[in-house]
Amino acid sequence: MALLAVALAAACAASLALGSKAIPLGDVLDALVDFDGSPHDLVVRELRIPRTALALVVGAALGTAGAVMQGLTRNPLADPGILGVNAGASLGVVVAIFGFGIADLSVYAWFAVVGGALAGTVVYALGATGRSAATPARLALAGMAVTALVMSVTRALLLLDEAAFDQFRFWVVGSVAGRSLAITGQVLPFLVVGGAVAVAAARHLDALALGEDMARSLGSSVARPRVALAAAVVLLVGGAVAAAGPVAFVGLAVPHAARLVVGNAHRRLLPCSALVGALLVVGADVFGRIVARPGEAPVGIVTAAIGAPVFVALVRRRRVAAL
Amino acid sequence: MTRPPWRRRRRLVVAIALAGALAAALMLSVGMGTFAVAPTDVVRALLGRAPDELVFVVRELRLPRALTGALVGAALGASGAVFQSVARNPLASPDLLGISAGASVGAVLLLLGGNPGPIALLAASAGGASGAAVLIAFLARRHNGRTPYRLVLVGIGVAAALTSVTSYLLVRAGLYDAERLTLWLTGSLNARTWADVGVVLPAVVVGVPALAACTSRLRLLELGDDLATGLGVCVGRARGVSLAVAVVLAAAAVAGAGPIEFVALAAPQIARRAARAGDPAVVVSALCGAVVVVGADLAARVLFSPIELPVGVVTAVVGAPYLLRLLVRANRPEVA
Repeated sequence: MALLAVALAAACAASLALGSKAIPLGDVLDALVDFDGSPHDLVVRELRIPRTALALVVGAALGTAGAVMQGLTRNPLADPGILGVNAGASLGVVVAIFGFGIADLSVYAWFAVVGGALAGTVVYALGATGRSAATPARLALAGMAVTALVMSVTRALLLLDEAAFDQFRFWVVGSVAGRSLAITGQVLPFLVVGGAVAVAAARHLDALALGEDMARSLGSSVARPRVALAAAVVLLVGGAVAAAGPVAFVGLAVPHAARLVVGNAHRRLLPCSALVGALLVVGADVFGRIVARPGEAPVGIVTAAIGAPVFVALVRRRRVAAL
Repeated sequence: MTRPPWRRRRRLVVAIALAGALAAALMLSVGMGTFAVAPTDVVRALLGRAPDELVFVVRELRLPRALTGALVGAALGASGAVFQSVARNPLASPDLLGISAGASVGAVLLLLGGNPGPIALLAASAGGASGAAVLIAFLARRHNGRTPYRLVLVGIGVAAALTSVTSYLLVRAGLYDAERLTLWLTGSLNARTWADVGVVLPAVVVGVPALAACTSRLRLLELGDDLATGLGVCVGRARGVSLAVAVVLAAAAVAGAGPIEFVALAAPQIARRAARAGDPAVVVSALCGAVVVVGADLAARVLFSPIELPVGVVTAVVGAPYLLRLLVRANRPEVA
């Protein structure tokens, strides 16, 4: 954990220093403590700090949300992207902006939350219909179908409005560039509340991991913590999507990495997932800036490129694929 | 393989009915639009016995579009039927498995460079599609027991990775290119010419009969590898050849109209139910796909007139609930 924190600090430093214009670390420090309006100071303060801060909170939120989802559904393939929550939240944002002309992020974040909640509920209901519990593959497939439906509606809305399309093609792949600190501030309440609820209910996740019957016999109520945890997921994902767009696959890959570090107990797993998620998103953002110089690859594309192979590797493991 | 006569007859009746529906849909598609042409005038224009501007609208603008749609639909229907049969899974269609996503990557790479000829586009998408197919086959190869969903899930993962490549290319492109390509990636039949027809036509004319000739072998393959071998089918070759043809058909469809979603998934299922067939009814499925694409294109043009939605939006909005229904059915204990 300490090592992870150090790595995260290093990634943040790299995020402040690297980019289309590299800035020596000494100047970065200078900009932080002694702001004098020089170009370097401006770049660090106005551009790099906001995007690093946003990458940090978005990564932490998505990592935590992924860990909660995987625990809640007892499904190693659970991820806000795969289970349709991202797509629902995106549609919520697009509807808020086009349908209602809402430009205020703290308002359309609510649309993202509602959209994500609806999509997630539909996916879970579909994946869990029938006598058997929601199995990994069925949930993933149901999520995919809902995502396809919701995305095609989103795309149709975007195609109808050409002016907004330019802005949205960057938002829709997930990006932390060009967001002001105010945006981070506006979604922070969503993320803090969601994270707090998740951590508070962590022990219920441990009980649920044993199966519903066992959880009940251990004296843990099953229904109420589930609702609370699902609400936490939706708040975390909705906030993250409203600010940065649907960043793919973070929620999938991160908890598996975190489990390797701290094991399965959720009280330790959730904070660790937050750390790893922040590390992944900040790192992916830096990587995206370096790999496509002088342009940039948005962070969502980098995380998808990392996350998709992880998904395939998980599917190939027998425990997951065998239904 | 002899089928009971009533069953053969049913298949023939369904095929003829679908062909009739296709002809009607084509007629409507050529006739309707911002400039309406009466069916009698359509026929006259086709024969060249109409005013020049009418002949131009019908022969050069509407007919290539309608025919491309029909051919693309046929390619998707036949390709999907074979994929579903070989994978023994109704969810295994080229668009879910990432074959179309592979074709899109190849095509987008080429389209970014300018306005390529249709043949080059076909080559690029076929290259991308075969690359994706080989990758998926390699990753999903069985090493500890076979599960019907494994192939689909691996395919979804590969599709996600390939889609991220496409999005990366889109973001790097200029606004004009990005908008053009987004429209293309939704699957659109806007502004098709005879050159587009020329790309898809050979693939369909050769591929669909070839797959239809494989039908009896595919039917045996569905019984399982061991039983099929015992009945005298060379399993590896039959599977390899039919899948290769199906991949080329899927790629031709992408080259013709972009990756239109869900047609390859739904058409074979509709065809199987309609024909009550126990095997991949390739020809019926191809006809069904053609009707679906031409019909969806018609709906996309007429419903929101004067805005012309890309046909892919309509097929996705209609097709996704259908996929959900398939899943719900698969969840019922007696099927699962």
